[in-house]
Amino acid sequence: MRTGYVVQRILLFFAIMWLAATINFVLPRLATGRDPIREQLIAQSMRGGFMSTSMEVMVKEYRVKFGLDEPLPKQYVTYLWNTLRFDLGKSLTNYPKAVMNLIGEALPWTLGIVSFAIVTSFTLGTILGALIAWPSAPRLLKFTVPFLLTFSAVPFYILGLILIYFFAFQLKWFPIGGGYPIGTVPSFTFGFVTKLVYHAMLPSLSMILASTGGWALGMRGMMVTIQGEDYMNYAEAKGLTDSRIFFGYGVRNAMLPQTTGLALSLGQLIAGAGLVEVVFGYPGIGSLLGQSITQFDYTTIYGIVFFLIVTLGIVLLVLDLLYPLIDPRINYEQA
Amino acid sequence: MKGFLNYVRRNPNLGIGFLMFTILFVFCAIGYFRYDLAKAAYPLAAPANKPPSWQYPLGTDSQGRELYAVIVAGTFLTLRIGVTAGLIGLATGTVLGFIAAYFRGWVDVVIKSLVDILLTIPGLMVLIIIASATKQAMSITLLALIIASLAWMGPTRTIRAQVLSLRERPFLQAARLSGMNSIEIIFLELMPNLLPYLAASLVGSVTGGIFASIGLEAFGLGAMREPTLGMTIYWVIYYSALLKGMWWWAMAPVTVIIIIFIGLFSLGAGLDELANPRTRRVL
Repeated sequence: MRTGYVVQRILLFFAIMWLAATINFVLPRLATGRDPIREQLIAQSMRGGFMSTSMEVMVKEYRVKFGLDEPLPKQYVTYLWNTLRFDLGKSLTNYPKAVMNLIGEALPWTLGIVSFAIVTSFTLGTILGALIAWPSAPRLLKFTVPFLLTFSAVPFYILGLILIYFFAFQLKWFPIGGGYPIGTVPSFTFGFVTKLVYHAMLPSLSMILASTGGWALGMRGMMVTIQGEDYMNYAEAKGLTDSRIFFGYGVRNAMLPQTTGLALSLGQLIAGAGLVEVVFGYPGIGSLLGQSITQFDYTTIYGIVFFLIVTLGIVLLVLDLLYPLIDPRINYEQA
Repeated sequence: MKGFLNYVRRNPNLGIGFLMFTILFVFCAIGYFRYDLAKAAYPLAAPANKPPSWQYPLGTDSQGRELYAVIVAGTFLTLRIGVTAGLIGLATGTVLGFIAAYFRGWVDVVIKSLVDILLTIPGLMVLIIIASATKQAMSITLLALIIASLAWMGPTRTIRAQVLSLRERPFLQAARLSGMNSIEIIFLELMPNLLPYLAASLVGSVTGGIFASIGLEAFGLGAMREPTLGMTIYWVIYYSALLKGMWWWAMAPVTVIIIIFIGLFSLGAGLDELANPRTRRVL
């Protein structure tokens, strides 16, 4: 791998980050007639049951506090500098709390179920897809295809709604929502962790059910193509065992496009996972985003979106740089 | 008709797609004549929280909408958002893809890098920013336009690749040598060859548009007053309908959404087969 490519790829990463930050800065300021500070103050004083006459003074004070009285270019530079230090500002509804802290509290929940769901569905789907395409695999597997197709066409959270109704409301096999039982305090005891897993089952299951099909179908397509390759015939002619040909020659080669697919679909997976959390009331980033949207908490919305874009950018950067290690045929010399 | 049926036997996906949309169409047509959609699909049209009965075939929700009417109006609105966004996305993508592939040079570099950069950013996240900045004034048309603003990258990529492969074919060289100008070549030679791809691509971008619209609406970023499928899902979550046992409230939009997505998926696969018989799908 050439250093030129690495440098180019890293520059591209920063270009994306800069673009995302700039969109985050420009868009809210383009939306005319919106003044989150004033709205928030009015909403809060309404809740308190009186309208303060000194509202304007307060609005002004807060504008100074948030740096909104400065000229735009200066705001932009401050904004970029703060973003660079991962200071995403303070939440409007939970005022003194920093957006980054809110994200930090929600992140472990999301990471837990999303990574579990992605790893499980990717592994399951890849193996299943390879087997469906394999001539000597049990025929029964081929009957799973229509179901896989159906599930993969439906958004995660729609499946989530169905699962909640049947498995949580009707059968009561699983809790109806939340990350842990109400009235318990998170701790690292065995009892609590089992409850944690129990609550995470249904949200993960809805993601796994919906995305396994996609991986299986992609893998099946690749395996079918690969079976026509000369090296497969050669391996068979050499008298290698069926399992050796399957894993060493078939699956190994068909895996490459699967990994690329994984990198490309991460964005959609995360967005879908967010809505699954909303459906299940799971205390992760998706629910936080949903709440901030209902409560007009703009700094939190923008903070979360920016955070997700950056995280995804980093993951894609790492995957791109690792890719030549997985596939030795690729060298980025001409790139 | 007979020819079509014979073709569907060879390409069952297309048949399933058409079947799904026919079912949906008949279901909606019945509802269309049964209800005054401008009233029944909005709050306070019926007693609240009624399970399905002879009088209210799909039940009513907590705000007194009749769910059958909601579904009929919602299917239409949601498809409208998806088709508008998909068409705009496809049109923009086609123009950009053509320009990039046909004229090459720095134009191609700019368009291609832009597409590559934007494709790595999770689209729904950017849509969330745009939609929350315009939340107050949200309407069906605005939602469609917002989604369209990020729906052109996929089509650009497909069309660009397709034109790149077409432009080196002998028939295009013959056209160039016979003295046709760029406009004539684009419209008389390239376009007719691209039509099947455009059709398959349109299904793809409509699917993407509907996906994005329902996602945004379920997050609470839709036009709050309109009874679209996505807003219905939002209210189902907002009122915790399932935890109150109001299965009918969720059942109606969920079923229709599943039918739409399966229909579009099959239609897309079928059109792919029609456009590209050489890469036979092994379904």
